[in-house]
Amino acid sequence: MTSPGHAVPAARFAANEERAHWHDGALWLVRQKRDRMAGELPEWEELRERAARIKAHTCSRLAEYLEAFEREATSRGAKVHWARDADEHNRIVHGILAERGITRLVKSKSMLTEECHLNPYLIARGIEVVDTDLGERIVQLAGEPPSHIVLPAIHKKKEEIGELFHRTIGTEAGASDPTYLTGAARIHLREKFLAAQAGLTGVNFAVAETGGVVVCTNEGNADMGTSFPPVHIACMGVEKLVPRLEDLSVFIRLLARSATGQPITTYTSHFHGPMAGGELHVVIVDNGRSRLLADEAFRGALACIRCGACMNTCPVFRRSGGHSYGWTIPGPIGSVLAPGRDPAAHYSLPFASSLCGSCDDVCPVKIPLHDHLLERRRQLVAAPARGLLGKRFTMRVARMVLGSRALYELGGRVARLFLRHGPRWLLYGPWNVWGRQRELPPAPVRTFRDAWRTRGTGHG
Amino acid sequence: MKVALFIPCYVDQFYPAVGLATARVLERFGCQVVFPEEQTCCGQPMANAGFAGEAEPLARRFLDVFRGYEAIVCPSGSCTSMVRNHYHGLVGGDPRYPAVRAATYELCEFLIDVLKIGRVQGRFPKRVGLHQSCHGLRELRLGSGSERNVAAFNKVGLLLQSLEGLQLVSLTRPDECCGFGGTFAVNEEAISCLMGRDRIADHVRAGAEVVTGTDVSCLMHLEGLARRSKTPLAFRHVAEILAEAMGASAAREERP
Repeated sequence: MTSPGHAVPAARFAANEERAHWHDGALWLVRQKRDRMAGELPEWEELRERAARIKAHTCSRLAEYLEAFEREATSRGAKVHWARDADEHNRIVHGILAERGITRLVKSKSMLTEECHLNPYLIARGIEVVDTDLGERIVQLAGEPPSHIVLPAIHKKKEEIGELFHRTIGTEAGASDPTYLTGAARIHLREKFLAAQAGLTGVNFAVAETGGVVVCTNEGNADMGTSFPPVHIACMGVEKLVPRLEDLSVFIRLLARSATGQPITTYTSHFHGPMAGGELHVVIVDNGRSRLLADEAFRGALACIRCGACMNTCPVFRRSGGHSYGWTIPGPIGSVLAPGRDPAAHYSLPFASSLCGSCDDVCPVKIPLHDHLLERRRQLVAAPARGLLGKRFTMRVARMVLGSRALYELGGRVARLFLRHGPRWLLYGPWNVWGRQRELPPAPVRTFRDAWRTRGTGHG
Repeated sequence: MKVALFIPCYVDQFYPAVGLATARVLERFGCQVVFPEEQTCCGQPMANAGFAGEAEPLARRFLDVFRGYEAIVCPSGSCTSMVRNHYHGLVGGDPRYPAVRAATYELCEFLIDVLKIGRVQGRFPKRVGLHQSCHGLRELRLGSGSERNVAAFNKVGLLLQSLEGLQLVSLTRPDECCGFGGTFAVNEEAISCLMGRDRIADHVRAGAEVVTGTDVSCLMHLEGLARRSKTPLAFRHVAEILAEAMGASAAREERP
C-alpha cells in the first residue's frame, strides 16, 4: 500500500491561501494561549522534565505497573480486558455490547478507538454509535475523520457546520451562529445520551496505584455518557499509565495548558470502579505499542499524552491541515508514530517537516520530536523502498562531488556559469521546483575561496 | 586567537561577501583568521534527507580538515549544529570528534561566549527584522525561543541592538520557521513557500527595511520569494551588518 504522500494534499490545502491562513491563525491562537499559560508557571520547565522522567520510568517497568493496575482496578469492581491489537479491541467492545443486547452507544473522545476504527466495526454490526464531543460529532456527521486530536473539526468553518447541521440535525437553513449551533447540538445529543445503553470513553491517565482511570473533557460529555447508561467501557493504550496518584498532578497541570491554554480542563473525572448497580470495563490495548517500547530509537514517543501542542505549533501542520497526513494522528507526533506501523504507507510523513524543532520545545513530556523525525528519515532511507532510486542517485553524486575539493570547485564553477548565462526559460524550466515561486540565488563570478586567495595577507 | 573559518558550501559558492564579512569581523576583534582550503561541505544536506551513509564520508573529511584548530567559526547556525549535534551518529567514535566539536562555533555565539563581546562599536541606521533561524535558535540555543519558560535572551539580537542607529522591529511571530528546511524547500514546495511568504509579510508589516539572520540558507529562500514578488526588502547576513557597521566592510563588492 502506498499513499500519494503528504506534499500533494498539503499543496491542495495551501492553494486556498485565505483558508490556509484562517486555519493557521486559529491554531496559532491556541499556541499563544498555551504560551501564556506556560509562562504563568515559573516551574513549567521543571514540570516538563518531571513528566518526561515519570513517563520514562513507567515505560521501563510497564508490565509491573499494568499488573498492579489490573489488580487494583479489579479489586474496585472493574473488569479489565486485554487486547493485543485493534481487531481484538473491537471484538472485545462488541462482545461486551452484544452480550447485553446493547444497540445504542454514546462515546466521548478517544483517539484510540479512532486508531482501531471501532466506529465502522460496531456500525457494521448494527450498533448505533454516537460521538458526543461536539467536534467529534461534527466530523462524524460529515463522514470525515478528525483533523486534529484535540480539535477534531478545526478545519471546518462555522458556515460549513451550519450547513452540515441543517442537513443532518435540522437546524435552520443558513444559520451559522456558534451559540445557536451548539444549542442545537446539545438538544440533539441529549436525546442520544438519554437513549444510550452504554457509554464509551477514552482514558487520559490510568493510575497503577489506585486502579482508577481519569478522563479530561471540556464539555462534560464523558460524564453524561457514563452517568446515564449503566455500562461504562473505558478504552486505553498501555502507555496511559502513571504509577501513583501524586504523579497525576504533574500531568494534569501540563495537559490542558499544553492542549488548549486552559489551566485545567473543565471536567477531570476520576473513575474508580463502576457506579452503583453498573459495570465498568477497562480495555487495555497494545496495538503496536510494545513494539515501539522495544525500539530504543523511538520509545520516547510512547510518553505522548495526546495534547496536540506539537500540531498547534507546527508551521507545516497549520498550513497543510490534519487530513493531509492521512493518518489518525497527524502532525509531528503522528509523523513519528505512523511509519513505525506501516513504512510504505506513511513514507512521506517524516519529510513533511522543516525540522524547525518548535514541537520539541512545546512538548509537555519533552519528546525530541524533530530528532525522531530525522531518525525516521534515516530508517526509511536505509530500508529498500520504491521511488527512491532518483534521490539515492542524486545523494550519491552529491557526496562524490562534495567529497573532493577539485570536483566541488569544478561543479560550483559550472553551476554558477549556468546560473549566470543560462536563458531564463531554461533556468526556470519545469525541472526547477525551487524557481516556481522563488528566484534562484545570485551566481557571483568569484567564490569566497577565490576572493580569499586574492585577498592578500589577511586584509580585504 | 587563531580561528579557522568554516564556510558553508553554499556561502562559498553563492554568497562570498558573507564569508568575507565573517573574516573581517573576526579580525576586527583581534582574531588571526585562516581558511582551510580543503573544506567542502559538512554533509548536512545528505544527513537531513536521511542519507547517513552519504553524509558520513563528508563528516570524516570535516574532521580531517579541521582537526587541531583551537576555534572553528561558521556563519551558519545550521551547519554549526550539524557538527555539534548531528555528527555523533556519523563519526561519534572518531577520537578527533570531541575536540573538533568543542571548538566549533556559530559566529555570534563565538563573539559573545568566547570573545566575551557584549557590545559592537558601529553604526547601522536602519530598521532591521531579525529572522531567527531554527537550528541556531533551538539546536544551538542562540536565543531563549518563544516556546520555553526560561529567562529571555537573544545573542544575535544583543549584538545587533548594540549598533548605533539600528532599530530591531518587533514581529508578531518572532521565531516561526521560514520554511526553507533543506530538501523540504523542494519536497514540500507549496508549504515551504507559503511559510516564507508569511514570514516576509510579518517583516513588512513591522516596517523592516533589512531582514537579517545567522543563516544565508533561510535568507536565500526568503530573498528568492521577495524578489519574485518585488517586495522591497533587503536581506543581509548578520556578519555583513556587523562588518558594515564597524566600517570593516569592503563595501558590497562581492554581492551582485
